[in-house]
Amino acid sequence: MTFEAMLPRVRQIAADVFGLPLDAVTGQSSPETIENWDSLQHVTLVVALEQAFTIQFLPEEIAEMVTIERIATLVEQKQAVVGTSLAYHLSKARS
Amino acid sequence: MSPVELRDLVGEAIEQRTYARAAAMLAQLMREEPTTSNASYVVSRFEELRPQLELKSCRVAILRSFVIEPIIPLLRARCFTAGIDATVHIGTFNAYPQDLLDAESPLYRFTPDIGILAVRTADVVPALWDQVSDLGTEEIQRMVEGTLADFRLWIEAFRRRSRAHLIVHTLELPAFPARGVLDSQQAFGQREAIQRINHGLQYLAQENPGTYLLDYDALVARHGRLRWHDQHRALSIRMPIAADGLIHLADEYLRFIRPLTGKIAKALVVDLDNTLWGGAVGEEGLDGIQLGTDYPGSAYYSTQRAILDLYRRGVILAICSKNNEDEALEAVAKHPGMVLRPEHFAAFQINWDAKVENLRRIADELDIGLDAIAFLDDNPAEREAVRSQLPEVSVIDLPVDPVLYAQTLQECSLFERLALSTEDEKRGRYYAEQRLRRELQRGARSLEDFYVSLQMKAEILIADRSTLPRIAQLTQKTNQFNLTTRRRTEQELAQLTADPQVRIFCMRFNDRFGDYGLVGAAICRSDGDGCEIDSFLLSCRAIGRTAETALLACLSEQARRDSAARLIGWYLPTKKNAVARDFYATHGFSLVKEEAGGSRWEFDLSQGEIAVPSWIDCARHLVGL
Repeated sequence: MTFEAMLPRVRQIAADVFGLPLDAVTGQSSPETIENWDSLQHVTLVVALEQAFTIQFLPEEIAEMVTIERIATLVEQKQAVVGTSLAYHLSKARS
Repeated sequence: MSPVELRDLVGEAIEQRTYARAAAMLAQLMREEPTTSNASYVVSRFEELRPQLELKSCRVAILRSFVIEPIIPLLRARCFTAGIDATVHIGTFNAYPQDLLDAESPLYRFTPDIGILAVRTADVVPALWDQVSDLGTEEIQRMVEGTLADFRLWIEAFRRRSRAHLIVHTLELPAFPARGVLDSQQAFGQREAIQRINHGLQYLAQENPGTYLLDYDALVARHGRLRWHDQHRALSIRMPIAADGLIHLADEYLRFIRPLTGKIAKALVVDLDNTLWGGAVGEEGLDGIQLGTDYPGSAYYSTQRAILDLYRRGVILAICSKNNEDEALEAVAKHPGMVLRPEHFAAFQINWDAKVENLRRIADELDIGLDAIAFLDDNPAEREAVRSQLPEVSVIDLPVDPVLYAQTLQECSLFERLALSTEDEKRGRYYAEQRLRRELQRGARSLEDFYVSLQMKAEILIADRSTLPRIAQLTQKTNQFNLTTRRRTEQELAQLTADPQVRIFCMRFNDRFGDYGLVGAAICRSDGDGCEIDSFLLSCRAIGRTAETALLACLSEQARRDSAARLIGWYLPTKKNAVARDFYATHGFSLVKEEAGGSRWEFDLSQGEIAVPSWIDCARHLVGL
């Protein structure tokens, strides 16, 4: 999935978790601009993203998730890695 | 329907003020995709809808040794769709002992209805988790005893300070014991030590009323120990459960919250063709349907076995099927593979009418609400019809593969029960016997003939320790024939029995078709020359048998023995107890006063007598007899 396609999905998930309408969450939204975005809601957001995209974040990555845009980039990269390693395993299985 | 489409429909339904429909769409969203983001969305919408819906409120306090907060939206959404408005309080991180022991703690200030003690082996007894190879057998034994002593202290403190229910997690076993396979070859290995603690917890829960054990270790095992955990997050922010595990823990909590809030199904209504057996009996005939020990008939055998387990748990069974009645009943009665037989079913609606209509008839016949019914049918169109036209009925979604039917029923939290009295175990049978009584009544010439033909026997006795739990259950669950609807716990009843002015009566009842069990209770309080009936109730399954007259007759007899001159009764109206409104009037009481809250009635014991109906053979075990 491209970054352009990813961003609205991440915004929607964040809007759900923080209980906000979709247009209240933008790419630039961060814990500074969203009142509910405290450390516990951050964990809930992480869980919601992991379920939605079937990925698992490392502790280092969780600390980097400071804006919605940054999160979308990270999710996109992780999905690409999952995709690559899946392709790798499949090709190995075939050979 | 996709989650996006469902959300659009929810929005539309709220705009059109069709709130029940909005709630149904939200429930569907949670069934189809129970993720954290959907759950958060569902919670926000339900908070808007709350004033329009009749929800049961429930305050849940989770005392924990680890980060569990992300469970909140999942748990609240699951509760909302079950008709429960849950307020969730999470105890201070790892401060569960202080919370439990300190009477002024935030836990008790929250005044929970349900407390959950969610602690991990790694936190509550770290030595048995990752330092166990340092320990000798004696030290391990001491750890087991010490841990159980701690749990006893916490549970007993909670019991003293709160009347809430308490759910205690068992401790989980390690995926890999410290000594590897050697652990299972020796006495007092790591696994055995933890299992001993869990065993001890089971006894502790049994000793303390209102305390229940949640088998957390079994839950983890069911979903796969290695998949359950997220080791990175356990080590970094102390959140051990992986993102996908949280919904399963929320569902496990719901298995307890449903019976504790009464949001359960009393009856299961089942279809026949392709649900209890494979194929259509009308087309393939008795010999053609698939049912028995060989695949694919064995899938239906397992389904029936799972349904029989529910019957033994006290769930009432009924059949709703589009078939020719004779053919279908012949298969139920005679097919060699049937586990369930006609005597297990309390009602049959086997005809070609709409199932919605038949479900209404079954509810009427059993005298239970539609909201107490769960519906099992392999046909998605029938399920959808029931869901849209009878939103109160709980519709169970069966997967396409019949091999999974039994598991679907086992997973379903609608049938969970936390205590099983002898009455509960027999409930399915009582209702099936009621069907035979109804058939007799249809054939009787007069009501009196019918009563006489039932050969009814009542036994009325003063309550003791053995009958108090059932009497408490009756005061809490009886809504219809209940004159004052005063709810009492077993502890409160025990206190009342110690009061010399108070007498608690109970009544067992049976007839030629079977035993109703303990179905009636009354509490009387003497005051001067008056004897006031504080509570008087009759289980709905015994309504319409004149059993209430027998019980009232014994009350008046006892009051006379206790030298009372007047019997005083109150009728306090509720939404559901209209059936008891004229009870005192029809038994010769006179109305003394009527106010908004209820009416007061008196019976002059020197002027008349209340007699046991001639058709009831009544054994009385009263004081002074």
